[in-house]
Amino acid sequence: MSDDQNKNHAEPHVTFRKVQKSYDGKNLIVKNLDLDIQRGEFLTLLGPSGSGKTTSLMMLAGFEIPTGGEIRLNNKIINQVPPHRRNIGMVFQNYALFPHMTVRENLRFPLTIRKLGATEMDRKVTKVLDMVQLDEFGDRYPQQLSGGQQQRVALARALVFDPELILMDEPLGALDKQLREHMQMEIKHIQQKLGLTVVFVTHDQSEALTMSDRIAIFNDGVIQQIGSSTAIYERPANPFVASFIGENNALSGLVETVAESTCRVRLDSGVYVHATLGDGVVQGARTIVSVRPESVQLNVQSLGCANRMGGYVKEITYLGDHLRVRVELAGRKEIMVKAPAAEHKHRFDTGDAIHVGVNPEHLLALAPTASA
Amino acid sequence: MTQYSATMPAPLDTAPEASLQSRLRRAERMNKLKYGALILPLAIFLMLTFVWPIAALLKRSVDNPEIITAFPQTSALLRGWNGQALPDDGVFAAFAGEMAQIKGTPVLAAAAKRLNMEVPGFRSLMMRTVRATPLEAGASAREVLIDADPRWGETATWQLLARNASPYTMRYLLASLDHKVNEQGKVVATSPEEAIFVDVLLRTFGMSFVVTVVCLLLGFPLAYFIATRPVKTANVLLMAVLLPFWTSILVRVAAWIVLLQSQGLVNQALMHLGITDHPLQLVFNSTGVYIAMVHILLPFMILPLYSVMKGISPVYMRAALSLGCPPFRSFWKIYFPQTLPGIGAGGLLVFILCMGYYITPSLLGSPNEQMASYFVAFYTNQTINWGMAAALSAILFVATLLLYAIYTRLVGSQNMAARAR
Repeated sequence: MSDDQNKNHAEPHVTFRKVQKSYDGKNLIVKNLDLDIQRGEFLTLLGPSGSGKTTSLMMLAGFEIPTGGEIRLNNKIINQVPPHRRNIGMVFQNYALFPHMTVRENLRFPLTIRKLGATEMDRKVTKVLDMVQLDEFGDRYPQQLSGGQQQRVALARALVFDPELILMDEPLGALDKQLREHMQMEIKHIQQKLGLTVVFVTHDQSEALTMSDRIAIFNDGVIQQIGSSTAIYERPANPFVASFIGENNALSGLVETVAESTCRVRLDSGVYVHATLGDGVVQGARTIVSVRPESVQLNVQSLGCANRMGGYVKEITYLGDHLRVRVELAGRKEIMVKAPAAEHKHRFDTGDAIHVGVNPEHLLALAPTASA
Repeated sequence: MTQYSATMPAPLDTAPEASLQSRLRRAERMNKLKYGALILPLAIFLMLTFVWPIAALLKRSVDNPEIITAFPQTSALLRGWNGQALPDDGVFAAFAGEMAQIKGTPVLAAAAKRLNMEVPGFRSLMMRTVRATPLEAGASAREVLIDADPRWGETATWQLLARNASPYTMRYLLASLDHKVNEQGKVVATSPEEAIFVDVLLRTFGMSFVVTVVCLLLGFPLAYFIATRPVKTANVLLMAVLLPFWTSILVRVAAWIVLLQSQGLVNQALMHLGITDHPLQLVFNSTGVYIAMVHILLPFMILPLYSVMKGISPVYMRAALSLGCPPFRSFWKIYFPQTLPGIGAGGLLVFILCMGYYITPSLLGSPNEQMASYFVAFYTNQTINWGMAAALSAILFVATLLLYAIYTRLVGSQNMAARAR
């Protein structure tokens, strides 16, 4: 599940080794975190709230001290280095622009601390303002800017002092959908142009899929899976990842026989299916087979599929480019199907009998308990 | 309107745009009336109990009714007098006539008292003169008056009357600033041995300033501490801050006397600890006044500071740290400037309250610590000189308004960016 073709494997930029964090001395928010972040990569920490992703980011920034383990930056342990000596740029959720300073003063702030000369300072501030296309807004106060502009200033401020790496804590959460998508591309472009190492925290999966080189899926203080967008979406390691990223149909069953990379599963409804073998799935064990709604074929399209089942149409929702069809299979199990509208419109109606088909490569047999 | 299809109901609104405007205004007027009616009782209450009494009292500081009430005709004539030579016979005659009219009434006594305030001995002059009235028929008013007292033959006497012949005077306000109008009608400084009010006002401002600064120095860390605690702890601590509010101010002052006196708890503790071998004079001097005033006014500093600090997100400090700024400098450069509105509000509140303090300094201080309000009380209760009491109040009032104007100016420019949207 690695796609780090262009990354330096010799020495990761940041490493987490057996890092733990507990706030109350009883429960671990982060459990034995092992994570390598490569130089120049855009890594997203994705997970539901309370999964430990923000805590991990805050430990890297230095605002939280790990209860155990070690964090290295450029192979130096930074557990005890206070945040202001780490040289890590950070973009906060609500931007945290200093309200009593103009945009230019905000940008100059980290440079003043580094005692840069006036001309050098002006050059850097102008350059970074230019990069986020806010050259004309230098003398405004943050409150006079729109949300998107404030976001850019926050980004510019995190970049202006050439930090080791950039951390972003749900920086786009406060923007509306259109602006958010625009900013996603802009951040991605700047990251690629400057070759920055970025660690990005979000709970928005589409954001993670769009921007990341790699995604680390957090749940319960543990990384469930780490890999590229494609790997995460197409080959989820366990039922949690499968259901957390994108839409997913899950059917439970028993593994009957195991071949090289496939297996035969007897679903609880008694139907046999061929599925791709997931990690940790063994013969005779319970399994959850998972399939994306868009990988399920209906009626004529299902003819060539290795797994075919009969069912009834429970509900049809028209969404313009596609239909969402809720199909009840044998044993009262329901699955959701996403089908192109052009091919299926008016071909069937609620209550009709229908055939569904799935190819084994889209049907993934996963070990039921979430473990990593 | 013909473009509507036949199946559509006929449009209801065919009136021109102006009617929409007037309907909107009518709808809003009802609302305005409703809200107006809701606040009307409060508005009336405030007018009757607050605005009107203050205005009436402030007017007293320039009021000068005594002479014009006693001698309306003479006053009118004197206003046309050039003030160089003695007034003509008409003035003498009018004065003698009016003297006779008010003979034996309180009006005369009031006028005599008023004039005596400016020139000691004027009361007896008036009383001697009134005995010579009414004039016998045919007698010359000038001769009779000068005969009764030769001072009526001096221009200065008449100038005094003329100066007070208008319904308003600057005398009280000038006196509050240690100035007076001399016999030539010029504003001059009072002689140093009579001048006390400038000192009193400066002392009032000085003490208020010291109390404000001490309150800020003590209150700022505490407000910061409370603002950074979890809600539960913060509430308990705020209760502790508010606790003194529920005790009468008199009780608290009395408690300080008990604590701070030479055989009091504080002195005994200090002597037990060997810090001092003889009791320190902690009360009935400026120390006592400062201790008690700071204690009483501290909550007024802490509460505005706390409310401002509560609104400052801790993420600003984190942002400053992440940009490489060391913790103390982050606090000073990022956190502190954002608390300035709170410092301004708390400082102003404490300063203004302090300027009006009366009970605490009068019970805990020596005569050297008495502030302007002591003299207001003195003129109101002891000498019944409403003019001086009102004038001193007016000066405190104007000083307060000035301070407030400066404050809004400063905070206004601070928050200009925030309001510019």
